[in-house]
Amino acid sequence: MPKMNMIHAVRSGLEVMLERDPSVCVFGEDVGYFGGVFRATQGLQSKFGPRRVFDTPLAEGGIIAIAIGMGINGLRPVPEIQFSDYIFPAFDQITNELAKLRYRSGGEWSAPVTIRTPCGGGIRGGLFHSQSPEAYFTHTPGLCVVMPSNPHDAKGLLISSIESDDPVVFFEPKRLYRGPFDGNPEHVPPWRDQPTAEVPDGYYSTPLGKAAIVRGGEEVTVVTWGTMVHVARAAIDESGVDAELIDLRTLAPLDLPTITTSVEKTGRCVVVHEAPRTCGFGAEIVALLQQHCFWSLEAPIGRVTGWDTPFPHAQEWQYMPSRERINRAVRSALAA
Amino acid sequence: MDGCMTNYSPLVGTARSSLRSAETDLKDPLPLVLHVPTAPHRPGDSPRFEPFPDQPGDLPKPDTLSPFDLLHNHAIGMIRVLGADGAAAGPWDPQLSPQQLRSGLEMMMRARCLDVRMIGMQRQGRLSFYLSSKGEEAVAVAGAMPYSTRDILFPSYRQPGTLLVRGMPLLAMMCHSISNRHDNVKGRQMPLHYSWKAGNVVSISSPVGTQLPQAVGAAMAFACRGERSVAAAWIGDGTSSQGDFHHAINFASVFLPPCILHVVNNQWAISTHCQQATGGTAFALRAEAYSLPGLRVDGNDFLAVFAVEQWAIERARRGGGPTLIELVTYRREAHSTSDDPTQYRPADEGNGWPGGDPIDRLKIHLIQRGEWSEEAHQSLDAALDQEVVASLAHAESFGSLASGLGHSPSTMFDDVYTNLPDHLRNQLREMQIETAKDEPGNSILPFVGKDRRAAG
Repeated sequence: MPKMNMIHAVRSGLEVMLERDPSVCVFGEDVGYFGGVFRATQGLQSKFGPRRVFDTPLAEGGIIAIAIGMGINGLRPVPEIQFSDYIFPAFDQITNELAKLRYRSGGEWSAPVTIRTPCGGGIRGGLFHSQSPEAYFTHTPGLCVVMPSNPHDAKGLLISSIESDDPVVFFEPKRLYRGPFDGNPEHVPPWRDQPTAEVPDGYYSTPLGKAAIVRGGEEVTVVTWGTMVHVARAAIDESGVDAELIDLRTLAPLDLPTITTSVEKTGRCVVVHEAPRTCGFGAEIVALLQQHCFWSLEAPIGRVTGWDTPFPHAQEWQYMPSRERINRAVRSALAA
Repeated sequence: MDGCMTNYSPLVGTARSSLRSAETDLKDPLPLVLHVPTAPHRPGDSPRFEPFPDQPGDLPKPDTLSPFDLLHNHAIGMIRVLGADGAAAGPWDPQLSPQQLRSGLEMMMRARCLDVRMIGMQRQGRLSFYLSSKGEEAVAVAGAMPYSTRDILFPSYRQPGTLLVRGMPLLAMMCHSISNRHDNVKGRQMPLHYSWKAGNVVSISSPVGTQLPQAVGAAMAFACRGERSVAAAWIGDGTSSQGDFHHAINFASVFLPPCILHVVNNQWAISTHCQQATGGTAFALRAEAYSLPGLRVDGNDFLAVFAVEQWAIERARRGGGPTLIELVTYRREAHSTSDDPTQYRPADEGNGWPGGDPIDRLKIHLIQRGEWSEEAHQSLDAALDQEVVASLAHAESFGSLASGLGHSPSTMFDDVYTNLPDHLRNQLREMQIETAKDEPGNSILPFVGKDRRAAG
């Protein structure tokens, strides 16, 4: 089976869907001729032509608005927002229009748009190339919010997203594009040594709304998504704790049973995410767990998150949750 | 649509049209396909540029309170002063003294030296990132020199020359780009995202175009106070697609505050050529639709840029309101150090640019006037390079990617709000406790041992 990094896997998912479904079209800033600043659409314009894979003007609000119009009128658009930090000019189109179209028209109209957008830190990108804005979108009814953490899931979830009749915001943790960053910026291993880098060339799908148990364990549950899956895994490996690691993969709709089953078993839980803490998606998980698993809990649920500050340039590694911070939270959960 | 209405059922209906037009009735139909424009040149093509539309002297210089429609030809043509022979001609010649011209030349050369050295630094891993502004020095320098220090400027990230003009010391600029402990923005931003309040230059952010309508607001504040000061902002050709461009020019046309909006048309927005960004690449002409004057200028012609800015500033100070200026130039280098332009444009495309190089053109002009020499130029260039190299060494002594940037992590929590709120105070404490326990022997501050990791 071919080995792919996350960029290859995303490109392969787009290619499969462009081939299978003539209504799929791919566009965004620098997406066409150049193939995207992260190269996720490289070669697609020359293969499928400029009417299916094309460059747009530099205007995120416009990109999403035309995607909605195309989606309303029979196409299945996959626009790219070059960095999720730049998604906000499109916020009105996404949250007021795309998310509410089906509801406001009593089910008459909808737009099957999949918005791909790189997110997250760890690339020395400072305030405006590092954000993890998933919670703005999980807070908006009507949107699916997806964030894969490995090549196999990236392709399978992207295909499911494109096939979904509901709009999807598909976050790609850019720190993971070329290797499973595990918290050590000095050494990012390549994807090729990872089992999840084995990605079929052809069509397959990974269901939306299903979390993955990355590592089974009995003592504590660690719930996370995106880049932090790998940092948490390394932290658990270092700690020797028998932790169960859950990769949510889809944040909305949330796979609550997988989390509650695990926490009922372990009685302890730590939630980890890169985004700032206050009103981060972790808060929702903690609230759901106290409601559903209250009588199973042996310790307060821990949260390891980015701090409630903008994402700084010079202090990137103090800002992003580290293995040490995750381990400390896991040990606290066990000690309580 | 009467037919549609009468046939409409309140429960189930289908749209019906009374119009009988069918495709066969259309007169001379063109093929109906999705039009997807492309760039004029791609790798492998031989680049060919049209010559500039006007010669120096072709366009008159109207009074600065002229009605906007008197400037139609200025919006579709091109204001120029320096001819191919290096001589200045026409009513737009700002008649600067040799000393002013030499100081402009020096500023452009300093900006170029800085650019070359910073790109080199990035390649050596001593900067996280950089964006070259090579070839656009006249936009940054002549574009800023005519402003008074009480005017407020909102530059984009590709004009460090503007910061030099506004008095930001080289050392401070470097400390910022390195992100070390003497960075006046405290290591928060990527390189080139300057802020220089002492020079009335507003903090630069990465989201493009956001500053343009903000400049309109700043100008409205001047107008509210009856102050004859000007707010100016610069964006690129690609950014003119953003809603913020349209917000800016529309609000400017409604409230007529003393603001000057610039589109630096350097042809390329990363890989996207300006012909792919808009159906009408005369960006200055957009002003007319808003009843504002638009001026299109050769952005590599120091004298023309200076004169156009002077004109717009005078108009604004006299109470004549906003001007849109398009500076036609060429992005000589990659978009950034993360970009490889040979993937999407011919490597030699810039060699055919009809605007040439702004430094060479001003140099030739000064030499022709007997006010400069090749030798003086070379020795100034060497002196500036020494100045830049010395500043760099000095800047790195305050922290570098190799030796550590020298910030206390606790400063991360400053400036989120005016005062540190309780929840951030708690998070700061949490971070200090964690770090202290994880690295025994370290005092809680200043986390020197961890700073090394920022180099990754």
